[in-house]
Amino acid sequence: MADSPVIEREKCDGCGLCIDVCHCNILVLVDNVITVIEEKKCVSCNRWCAQCEMICPTGAITIPFDVVIEER
Amino acid sequence: MAVQTELLKAIPYFTGLNPEELDSIKELIFEKEVERGEVILLEDEPADALYFVTSGAVKVFKTSSDGKEQILSFILPGESFNDVPVFDSGTNIASAQAVGPVVLYGIRKNDLEVILKNHPKVSLNVSRVLSQQIRGLVSLVEDLSFRHVIARVAKILLEYASDGTGPKPRLTHQEMAAMAGTAREMIGRSLKSLEDEGAIRLHRHRIVITDKEALREIAET
Repeated sequence: MADSPVIEREKCDGCGLCIDVCHCNILVLVDNVITVIEEKKCVSCNRWCAQCEMICPTGAITIPFDVVIEER
Repeated sequence: MAVQTELLKAIPYFTGLNPEELDSIKELIFEKEVERGEVILLEDEPADALYFVTSGAVKVFKTSSDGKEQILSFILPGESFNDVPVFDSGTNIASAQAVGPVVLYGIRKNDLEVILKNHPKVSLNVSRVLSQQIRGLVSLVEDLSFRHVIARVAKILLEYASDGTGPKPRLTHQEMAAMAGTAREMIGRSLKSLEDEGAIRLHRHRIVITDKEALREIAET
């Protein structure tokens, strides 16, 4: 199970918009392709904000969520 | 791997068939393994087979001329896709893509005709399956026509919440937007609104439904 954004390298055009919106500063460009440098920090706010997925113009980043019902 | 009778039994098309009938049908079915993200079918292409998912999940979707995606459904184990063109001899009505690694059982059009001729029970089962698919599509038309985006998102969350009966696909904002027929940005806003109302909680890679009844009420508005 992924614990950070899932990046499809071949779709990334290196625009860097995701770096600008990332609250946790975990994204950098390596060889003009976006890369996660610190997976654990992605959830430092304890919630995946998904700003990177929302802003990505090429659909290269996705944040997959499980939907679960809280047990009482 | 060879086609397994046990898996065939779990497919609604073959409900009520005895082991001998299943064995004869098995001869006409082929297995196909698909990798994550692989496109299995493209809309408007000629159709040669219908498929059943035996493991994993498949996304069935339409794409607009400007590249927007509308997800029609996620196909889970036991369910079929690409039924319509195989029966009406038209082209694929939608595209299909593997969400993760997927194993499919397929039947070619000509072989399906043989099965229907030799096993009348299958025809009745097919009528039921297609009726359920029509119900699903009418429900989607209703959602897109009458429900607000927040209500659509609430409905999607209820539909895709894991209830312990089997695996459910993980959802991205992009996929939820494509299902709800809205922009990605609206999904973020809708989830925030649902959290503010106390119906859900976002926690790491989970959307936790904290008040199912409240979420259901929002879904029905």
